[in-house]
Amino acid sequence: MIELEGLTKRYGEKVAVRDLTFTVRPGIVTGFLGPNGAGKSTTMRMILGLDHPTAGDVRIDGTHYDRLQDPLTYIGALLEAKGVHPGRSAYNHLLCLAQSNGIPERRVHEVLDAVGLTAVARKKAKGFSLGMGQRLGIAAALLGDPRIMMFDEPVNGLDPEGIHWIRTLMKSLAAQGRTVFVSSHLMSEMALTAEHLVVIGQGRLLADTSMADFIARNSRSYVRVRSPQRELLLDVLHQAGITAVESGDGTLEVDGWEAERIGELAAREQVVLHELSPQRASLEEAFMRLTAESVEYHAHTGTPAPVQAWGDGWKRG
Amino acid sequence: MAAAQVVRSEWTKIRSVASTMWTLSLAVVVTIALGMLISALSRNEFDGMSTRDRLSFDPTFISFAGMGLGQLAMIVFGVLVVSNEYSTGMIRASLAAVPRRGTFLLSKLAVATALALAVSMATSFAAFFLGQAMLGEHKASIGDDGVLRAVLGGGLYMTLIALFSMGVAAMLRSPMLSLGILMPFFFLISNILGNVDATKKVGQFLPDQAGSKIMQVVTPLDDDTPYGPWGGLGIMVLWVIAAVVGGYVLLKRRDAQ
Repeated sequence: MIELEGLTKRYGEKVAVRDLTFTVRPGIVTGFLGPNGAGKSTTMRMILGLDHPTAGDVRIDGTHYDRLQDPLTYIGALLEAKGVHPGRSAYNHLLCLAQSNGIPERRVHEVLDAVGLTAVARKKAKGFSLGMGQRLGIAAALLGDPRIMMFDEPVNGLDPEGIHWIRTLMKSLAAQGRTVFVSSHLMSEMALTAEHLVVIGQGRLLADTSMADFIARNSRSYVRVRSPQRELLLDVLHQAGITAVESGDGTLEVDGWEAERIGELAAREQVVLHELSPQRASLEEAFMRLTAESVEYHAHTGTPAPVQAWGDGWKRG
Repeated sequence: MAAAQVVRSEWTKIRSVASTMWTLSLAVVVTIALGMLISALSRNEFDGMSTRDRLSFDPTFISFAGMGLGQLAMIVFGVLVVSNEYSTGMIRASLAAVPRRGTFLLSKLAVATALALAVSMATSFAAFFLGQAMLGEHKASIGDDGVLRAVLGGGLYMTLIALFSMGVAAMLRSPMLSLGILMPFFFLISNILGNVDATKKVGQFLPDQAGSKIMQVVTPLDDDTPYGPWGGLGIMVLWVIAAVVGGYVLLKRRDAQ
C-alpha cells in the first residue's frame, strides 16, 4: 500500500505536484493517468524518496521510504529514464542492486530468466535496444520480490509483443495480491490494464475512482438520428415512450435504446431517416475532457495564424 | 540496512566497469615510468650540478617526479567513480536501493579509497625502488632517515588526491565539469600559484602543494615552508574532509537527478 497525503513539490515558482492525497491499494492494478508534464514522474520519484517533497507525506506500508529495511524487498520500481551504466553488464547491474539489499545472487538469475534476458546477461548494457533496457528495468524492479510494484510509462518504446507481455505481467502481479501502480499518458492503455484510476493534471488530483465507475460515468452511448420529418419522428418516438433530446445541429440523440429498434419504428411509421448511427464517447475523449483545462502546453489548433495575403509584403515595401 | 551489504554492492559496481582498470593502470604506469626517466636523467646531470644544488639533491623525491602527471589519472578515477552514477542515471536506482544517502556515499568512498590506497602504495614503492635503481650511485636507501616516511607518504598522497576528487565530483555531479576544474587546477594553476613569489604564500596551502611535502626527504636550502611533512599532509587531509563533507551535505539535500 502506498499512501500520499497532501504531497506537494515546488520548483521555485512552478508547482509540479499540488496537494496530492490518495491511496494505492493492494490486489489491483492502479493506473496513474495524466498528460505529459502533469507531475506523474515527480510523484513517483517522491514515493521512492529520490525527490524531497516541499510539503506533505508519502508512506510505503505505513513507513517512510528511507526507514525501510532493504527497500527493494518492499517496493520495486521501473522509472521512466534509463538508469544503467552502459559499460556494465546486465548481470552485474542487477547483482550490485541485489547485494545492496541482501538479496541472494540466485535471484539475479531468476529475474533475468523471467524477463528473457538470460542470453545477453553478460553483454554490456550499451548494446541494448530500448525494449531490452525496459526489460532490464523490470528485472531490477522484480529483484526483491516486492509486495509493491511501480511502473513509470512501462510500454514506452516497446514492440507489440513487449506491450502484451507487460500488460500480462502487471495483471498477474496484481492477481498475486501485490500493489501495482502504473503511470501512463494513454487512456486506452489504462483501460486495458487498470482496475482503479488516479487522474492528475498540472499536478492536481482530478479523479480517484474505479475504472468501472469511470467508464460508466464517462462513456455514454446513444443513437444519433437525423430526419427531414423531425416533428413526425419526435411524435413517433414519444408514442413509443422513447425520449429524444435535440442536439444543437438539428439532430436527435436517443439514450438507452438500440439503433435497430428506432430504425424499425421509423420504417413502420414511414418516417424518412437521413441518419441513424450508434455513438459511443470514447474513454480517450472523456480523459481529454477531464484534463483539458489542466493541459499545460496546448497545441494551438482552432486559431490558425493569420495568413498573409499575397502581395502584402510588396505593398509594405 | 547493513553497511556491509552496501560495501559489497559498491565493490561489484567498481570492478564491473572498464574505467576503473584503465584509470588505475594509467596512474601506475605514468607515475613509475616518468619517475624512472627523470631519475635516469638526474643521475647524468648530477656531475654538472653546483654544490648548492648537490646539497639539496633529493633522490627519493626525484623518483616521485612522475606523480605530478600520474595523479591526473587518479583524479579521473576518483571523478568517474562518483559522477558515473549521475551521468548514467544509475543514481536513481542506487538511491532507491540505498535510501540512506550517508551510508551510500560513505560505502562508495570507502571502497574506492581502499582500492586507490592499495594501488597507490604499490605504485609508490615501485616508483621508489625502480627510480633508485636508475639513480645508480646517487641513490637513497629505504632505511635512510625519513625515506620510508616519504615512500608511505607518496602512497597516501595519491590516495588523498583520489578521495579529494571523489568529494568534488559528489558536489558537482557532472564528470565534465569536475574534470574541467580539477585537471587544470592540479596540473597548472596550483603549480603557477606555488612558484610565483607573490602567490607562493597562498599556493603552499593548496592540497597538492601541502601534501607533496611528505615525499621530501632533503629540505631545499632556502625552504621557508611553515609546516613539516606531516603538517603538510594534515593540510591536505583538511581539504579532503572539506570536499567530502561538502559532497555529503549536497547529496543529502538535493533531489536525485
